[in-house]
Amino acid sequence: MPIHEQSLIRPEDLRTHDQLVVDGVDVSGHWSTFIHSRVVSDYNEELQEQIASLPGGEHIHRCWQCGSCTNACTVNAINPDFNPRFWIYLVRMGLESELLRDKEIIWQCVSCNKCTYVCPRDVFPEGVMKALSHWLELKGHTRKSPAMVFDEVFTEQVIQRGRIEEGRLIRRFFARTGQALGQDWLVEMARRLLRHLPLGLLTRMGLASLRAPRTRGWSGARDALNEYVQEQSAAHRRALGLSELIETARQDASGASGG
Amino acid sequence: MPENKADRYRRVAYYPGCALEGTGHAYNRSTRQLGKALGLDLVEVPDWNCCGAMEAKNVDPKVQTYLSARVLSLTANRMGMDVVMAPCNGCYHNLKKAEHDLANDPGSAEVVARLARKAGDPAYQPGEVETVHALEWLKAAIGEEELRRRVRGGLKGLKVANYYGCMYTRPRHIFPEKDSGPASESTAKPHFMDDLLAAAGAENVEFALKTACCGGAHTLSDSDVSTHLVLNILQAAEAAGAEVIATECPTCHSGLELHQVRAEKRLGVRTGVKIIYFTQLLGLALGLSPRKVGLHENVSDARELLAARGVT
Ligand code: SF4
Ligand code: SF4
Repeated sequence: MPIHEQSLIRPEDLRTHDQLVVDGVDVSGHWSTFIHSRVVSDYNEELQEQIASLPGGEHIHRCWQCGSCTNACTVNAINPDFNPRFWIYLVRMGLESELLRDKEIIWQCVSCNKCTYVCPRDVFPEGVMKALSHWLELKGHTRKSPAMVFDEVFTEQVIQRGRIEEGRLIRRFFARTGQALGQDWLVEMARRLLRHLPLGLLTRMGLASLRAPRTRGWSGARDALNEYVQEQSAAHRRALGLSELIETARQDASGASGG
Repeated sequence: MPENKADRYRRVAYYPGCALEGTGHAYNRSTRQLGKALGLDLVEVPDWNCCGAMEAKNVDPKVQTYLSARVLSLTANRMGMDVVMAPCNGCYHNLKKAEHDLANDPGSAEVVARLARKAGDPAYQPGEVETVHALEWLKAAIGEEELRRRVRGGLKGLKVANYYGCMYTRPRHIFPEKDSGPASESTAKPHFMDDLLAAAGAENVEFALKTACCGGAHTLSDSDVSTHLVLNILQAAEAAGAEVIATECPTCHSGLELHQVRAEKRLGVRTGVKIIYFTQLLGLALGLSPRKVGLHENVSDARELLAARGVT
């Protein structure tokens, strides 16, 4: 099936000329549009393997490019540049530099799993989106996305205490992303709640809470999870060949300071 | 499984989850009150922990599997029970996903067993506990006929759009019991909430965005997208003639409320449709007071509408 949703010709490579004659042939105007050719030579042959080594990316090789995921995608309906089918194609072809053109929007996947629902090949494209975001961050192509900051603040709180308290979570997230807590719409929400809620209940709802809930008997789970998360992040860096890089940089740095 | 579902679900383990102790408090309150009014027993899982929601999996999927498996293990081993009911779509989804992964993915099973051993919990064996959503619980334990008999006053022609969100039906493979015959729930066009509310007298509108996404995963980290998605849902419900959107998930519910306000503030787009938990609506239909079902805890203030319609 032909794929219509994404042209490989970039708009900036289209050339038309008001007045142009080549070898005695008049090629002026829209009817003689040229496409500036480009050559891709910097394939990253390991790209697919690297994505497959990160959680969620394991089944990327199954994709047969039907385009169902993009067709069903929630974010694609808002922004046509958000295109899971196309990104999977780029990864499988090793077209890293092409992929990087979209690096600032890949994290916007909302995990609705509409893609997973329709995918005929069990690629789990939702997972692939997460693997791509991780890869971009681990490789240093993007800063940590606000979504990833939120996920980390959340997960840290769960691992530490066993439970989430939303007020604390929101405050931490805003602090870590450098945003003011007094967003007009959040203030308006609180105002509407306060209209008919006693303060005691607001406290219970975590919006004005000082008390953080915790799970009884959690310390064993906390230690086990902390250890596991560290082990995994080291494994991901190894899989992407980043640990040697970091080690070399560290040795360089200590060599320089020693000398 | 010895008896039928209706009997098994009369007494179930109850896993409220973090959201129901916070912004989803009204859902917690109305679910408990509904259970009490219908003579169904909810026994809270002792020392429960967060299931990982939509966040832990992005740090590592197996962290989420462990967190959810721990809740299943508490249900089986500490409580000796075989049904756990979760009203939150996120909790329900994650417990279902853990159940599926532990049974089908040896890698997950190995990591979860290792973490449980280190943490000192008894390991969970897939198949020991059945996870059900509040909708499935009420549908099987009470059902439409019984509900019709018990309804006082009811919802009398209140026009309702039933909104199920993402996590109740997707991805399909973690819900093997769905799409399995006429009486089962459908993942493409879920209807359990429609069925229950219709039995309580509501007039359900034809609503195309039942399982659309509200952007709940990025409600604070990518708010413009979430506002856009929520506004689609609110406006589609209004266009379908709904006065109320019935919800069955605390994340969807507060997402809809939050971004209804945000759309007003940031985009100047006002929508009047009210957002109410289905358990609040059912409680009111059974004659419980608005206070008992926590109607005053909703940001979207529906008290005037419900009084005008004679529901309260
Ligand atoms: S999970 Fe992400 S990629 Fe898949 S349909 Fe939803 S937004 Fe699109
Ligand atoms: S739906 Fe599945 S097979 Fe089709 S393009 Fe998307 S990932 Fe590939």
